[in-house]
Amino acid sequence: MNRVILAALLSHWWRNPLQLFTLLAGLALGTALWSGVQAINAEARASYDAAAGALGEGNLAQITALPGGVIAQQTYVALRRAGWNVSPVIEGKLGAVRLIGIEPLTAPRGTGPGPLPDGADLGAFLSGNGQVFARAETLARLPDTGAEPVVTPEIAPNTAITDIGLAQRLLNRPDQIDRLLVLPDQPLTRRPLAEVAPDLVETAPQGGSDVARLTDSFHLNLTAFGLLSFAVGLFIVHGAIGLAFEQRRTMVRTLRALGAPLRRLIGLMALELAALALVAGLLGVALGYLVAAALLPDVAATLRGLYGAEVSGQLALRPVWWLSGLAMALAGTAVAGGGALWALVRMPLLASAQPRAWAMARHQRGQALLALALLCVAAALALWGQGLRAGFAMLGALLIGGALALPPLLAGLLRRAEARAQAPLAQWFWADTRQQLPGLALALMALLLAMAANVGVSTMVSSFRLTFTGFLDQRLASELYVSATDPAQARAIVAVAEGQAQAVLPIVLVERTVAGLPAEVFGARDHATYRENWRFLQAIPDVWDALARAEGVLINEQLSRRAGLGLDDTVEIAPGLALPVLGIYGDYGNPVGQVIVTEALFQRAFPQVTPLRFGLRLDPAQVGAMQAALRDRAGVPDTAMIDQAAIKALSLAVFERTFTVTAALNVLTLAVAGFALLMSLLTLAAMRLPQLAPVWALGVSRRRLAALDLARAVVLAALTGVLALPLGLALAWALLAVVNVEAFGWRLPMYLFPGDYLRLGGLALLAAALAALWPAWQLSRMPPARLLGVFRHER
Amino acid sequence: MNARLLILLLWLPVQALAQGFAGLGSEDDSFARPSRDTVLQFPADHGAHPAFRIEWWYLTANLTGPDGTPYGLQWTLFRSALAPGDGPGWASPQLWMGHAAVTTPQAHFVAERLARGGIGQAGVTATPFAAWIDDWQMAGPDFDTLRLAASGPDFAYDVALVATGPLVLHGQQGYSVKSAAGQASHYYSQPFYQVSGSLTLPEGPVAVTGTAWLDREWSSQPLAQDQRGWDWFSLSFDSGDKLMGFVLRGERNFTAATWITADGQTTAYPDGAFAAEPLARQTVSGREVPVEWRVRLPGRGIDVTVKALNPQAWMATSVPYWEGPVTISGSSGGVGYLEMTGYD
Amino acid sequence: MLLSLREVTKTYPGAETAVLRGVSLALEAGGMLALTGESGSGKSTLLHLIGGLDTADSGSVAIDGTDLTPLDDPGRARLRRGTVGVIFQQFNLIPSLTVAANIAFQARLAGRHDAAHAQALAQRLGLAGHLDKYPEQLSGGQQQRVAIARTLAPRPRLVLADEPTGNLDEATADTVFALLCELVAETGAGLILVTHSERLAARMRRRMHLSAGQLT
Repeated sequence: MNRVILAALLSHWWRNPLQLFTLLAGLALGTALWSGVQAINAEARASYDAAAGALGEGNLAQITALPGGVIAQQTYVALRRAGWNVSPVIEGKLGAVRLIGIEPLTAPRGTGPGPLPDGADLGAFLSGNGQVFARAETLARLPDTGAEPVVTPEIAPNTAITDIGLAQRLLNRPDQIDRLLVLPDQPLTRRPLAEVAPDLVETAPQGGSDVARLTDSFHLNLTAFGLLSFAVGLFIVHGAIGLAFEQRRTMVRTLRALGAPLRRLIGLMALELAALALVAGLLGVALGYLVAAALLPDVAATLRGLYGAEVSGQLALRPVWWLSGLAMALAGTAVAGGGALWALVRMPLLASAQPRAWAMARHQRGQALLALALLCVAAALALWGQGLRAGFAMLGALLIGGALALPPLLAGLLRRAEARAQAPLAQWFWADTRQQLPGLALALMALLLAMAANVGVSTMVSSFRLTFTGFLDQRLASELYVSATDPAQARAIVAVAEGQAQAVLPIVLVERTVAGLPAEVFGARDHATYRENWRFLQAIPDVWDALARAEGVLINEQLSRRAGLGLDDTVEIAPGLALPVLGIYGDYGNPVGQVIVTEALFQRAFPQVTPLRFGLRLDPAQVGAMQAALRDRAGVPDTAMIDQAAIKALSLAVFERTFTVTAALNVLTLAVAGFALLMSLLTLAAMRLPQLAPVWALGVSRRRLAALDLARAVVLAALTGVLALPLGLALAWALLAVVNVEAFGWRLPMYLFPGDYLRLGGLALLAAALAALWPAWQLSRMPPARLLGVFRHER
Repeated sequence: MNARLLILLLWLPVQALAQGFAGLGSEDDSFARPSRDTVLQFPADHGAHPAFRIEWWYLTANLTGPDGTPYGLQWTLFRSALAPGDGPGWASPQLWMGHAAVTTPQAHFVAERLARGGIGQAGVTATPFAAWIDDWQMAGPDFDTLRLAASGPDFAYDVALVATGPLVLHGQQGYSVKSAAGQASHYYSQPFYQVSGSLTLPEGPVAVTGTAWLDREWSSQPLAQDQRGWDWFSLSFDSGDKLMGFVLRGERNFTAATWITADGQTTAYPDGAFAAEPLARQTVSGREVPVEWRVRLPGRGIDVTVKALNPQAWMATSVPYWEGPVTISGSSGGVGYLEMTGYD
Repeated sequence: MLLSLREVTKTYPGAETAVLRGVSLALEAGGMLALTGESGSGKSTLLHLIGGLDTADSGSVAIDGTDLTPLDDPGRARLRRGTVGVIFQQFNLIPSLTVAANIAFQARLAGRHDAAHAQALAQRLGLAGHLDKYPEQLSGGQQQRVAIARTLAPRPRLVLADEPTGNLDEATADTVFALLCELVAETGAGLILVTHSERLAARMRRRMHLSAGQLT
């Protein structure tokens, strides 16, 4: 019996391939966007983890020299001989590649030599010409080192690992070490660090790499996009399944009348759906892979430029994400199909189907109430919610509430239009549009979500860009930044620069725990550069004068929010040295807290710290000459000099790439929504014949009817777009003012981009018109016999 | 004793390291070979011999606390060369490994260190004598007066050694033949150290006194293919006489022994003269290990029972083995050390 | 007795008056009965109760001595598959299956498909040339003939026809009706025909009238 019933059920798809295509395509596209974005995120995170793993960052304490300094190899040996179980690491750029030198005998197992594959030959690694381990693409970029290249996919992108001896030789830094990894097992007796190496500092494990925390913001955007895309996909699936089941209601009734038991029927339909979901899910994951593979190079370039985070431009197939993609497809189908199946269970075997309009009207009232409730929840969460989870819950409530509110709102608008319409055809147009609303509601909700997501995310990204570039302008006020390796070089830099630069601003900092949180304390020279460029979120009057008199400190927004510090609250920056907060400044992209004190006060508090970094104020035209002078006379390598204009150009280029990714996702989500609309219209086209035929019979030409259909789609899309704008802005606000603050500790000001929204609206109208074009064309070319058939079959 | 050579053959600190030492299984002509004609020169030969592939400074001590509690102590520095000779800095082919342990009747503490040669992290100099890896050291103005220190995550020791007898050369004036095929090593001992100092244990510091036995050996040649492990004994009898003897377990067991009188006179015994048979076994770290032995050297009227002070003296190092203090009863009383390998 | 109804009552939820008020009826094997009545008199309801498509509030419906009242959904589905066949006014064909598949469908569902029998039925009903077509390609009369063939293919003991010719023009209706009666008679099944057409009812051996929920 199962075979007979299943054959009958499946024959429906066979006879209506378009519906099958809608169902599969909707689910596949939704899954594709979701899993594509997830794939990008997973790839990036895996890259950070590989990087962190290779360096023992995160789970090991480290010993470093004061900023800009290096550790002498003799100091490493002295520490080992004093009982310190530490392992040396040297790091530098070899060409464009990050070269890391490790010492395999002392490196912590599973971290240092962790990336070394089982096939590693320690003899070859340590002696002769040595070996270099890296990914194939990294090895290809590496200059000829003379060492044997060993392809190792586990190593972080653009990173090569070799023996420390070889690394010192290749980097031309004999007897130098950048940092020491402190192993968890230390001997019972050990001389204190301050006694053995007083100029080194030990920092506690960070519990996660800096890069990962920095880039979280970017990934949050992507994840939000992924979720929204899936929500859009889900609406499409819901629509497709709903329509498919609607069309098969009579078939189900017939099957039952002919003796097919209900439970078996439902079971088989569920099975059928699961099979379809699996097929669509696989397709979607494959598509998602393509999306990710196409976007990943841009994402990788963005992350590298923006945060210096290395992400492979190549995609690995990770079981986690393709399984999650399949799971999402199945879950989405279960959600969408569950309701449809339940409706079938409750459908009376005989009572003729209730008038659809009536059913929809009742349905709509409930939906409107639910939407209202969800929007209230969102508002309540925005007002009183705490934490990131509440932020996301608020986003969810806002979006679903907004989507559910769409059909009742549209119905209201259409009813009003209908009441105003004078001409009979116009009246019919509005009434007919309203009648079609139930069939189009899901597709329109998908369009609404897609547009809202695009408004929200592009507002956030653009606001971030404006804020960040403005922030760069104020923070990178000096034309040239120079780092010294030791105090002697620092003195040389000052000597060279003082004659030629308008000002030499030392940058001196120390890492400390402030108000119980990790933070950097900076000493700033009182100079017009700061006074002219810095903007405060909050500050007392004449803040710079007060700072110069050492009356207080400036702190960044993160520290202010995390430690709950406001103006005039006191901050202890060194034992016994507590000062009031004079001003709070925005500090975007920085994961840790920051405190700024005046230079004199810093020297008093931390006399042992000497400046190794300098900002030089110059005529921009002199930057090249200054770099040459510093290189020739102070021995500063190019890598230790950063040209402000170059940084800004780089960050702008990076934002361009961010926009490429965002724009691509915009187009994709709109395309998905447009596709949903097309499928709904095509499905409705057949069902609407009985409504169209009488109007045609009364003398409205097919061309006219088709034109009206096209206009209807555009009008609906326009109305949806108008409603999507406030929803999108609410979404942007939630992302900027709630989620960002909870996740990263800074609040970005929100800017509006009406031009962008207009363009987006235009795109949405275009998508709707394109979606309506084919069904309308079909209608305009429909043989009159088919329209007449409506009357023949009428009963 | 050749038995110790096998440690290095099986020395696998990390998986990768194993690959590096795989080459030890074969002879490499570039390394120096032990020679019958070599006359050991002191103090120069207390230092390292980088032309040879492997070498060690291996010290074990039987100690007693103020309350009479017996303790065991081990301090070992191994040298293994990837290539003969030395080089500047990281380019040096010399690798070093340290093992340290303290055994009490109830507990056994172990630590291990690895280091590269060439940068000063580990090494050995002859005059003044110093052998070190990280903060572990065995050093003094000369070989007869040494300070010995090591520490691990849960123990430490710092003791003074004073030699009360001469160096002992094994085999033919320190040329110790290991097999019929002629494989050999240079091998001498200083079994006459008096020890005093303190152990740091989780319960606190303990003042100790006792005796120690230092083995020095270097070679470049592997063991026979069929030899899978060994049982090595260094025994100090109450009479002041001492006995070094070992059984190499293979298709046919190979034994050797040196009898050392209280004033340092030696007699070498050929294969078969020395015998050791297990009397009792115990499960140690998941395997059966003999912890009580009958040891005989009929030529000296020796027929004793050797029993582990702490049967759980397992060295959970990169290559695990059993090494711990023993007590002697039977024809003579005394204390000593037992090393057992190849019980996988 | 093939069919026996005793004091059957039925009230739809929300309705004020009962549709059926104590209906009793008996039909012997091979018997043919025309059931007439005004719109809303309960004819279809009665038919659905007999066909196991719906359940009575009280009273009993028995087919071949088996009481339908205690049957659950799968039990009633089994009854519909094998014992009772229903022909609807709206044909209720499966649009995505061919004519041949539609004819064979119920017999297959019941597990007693007989290709020769189905072929013969198609032949008799003049469908032999349309077996590969889909229902939408047929005229109303042809569609109803497919429905008749589908219902008779599993050789039901009792055929229930609910206004089978209600959607057909008079000439077609007469032909279809004649064929139906003829084929039912050949198989020896019982037939209950619900119709509001006096003309058709007059051609049946036995007729009953349903009025205000009661048989007269």
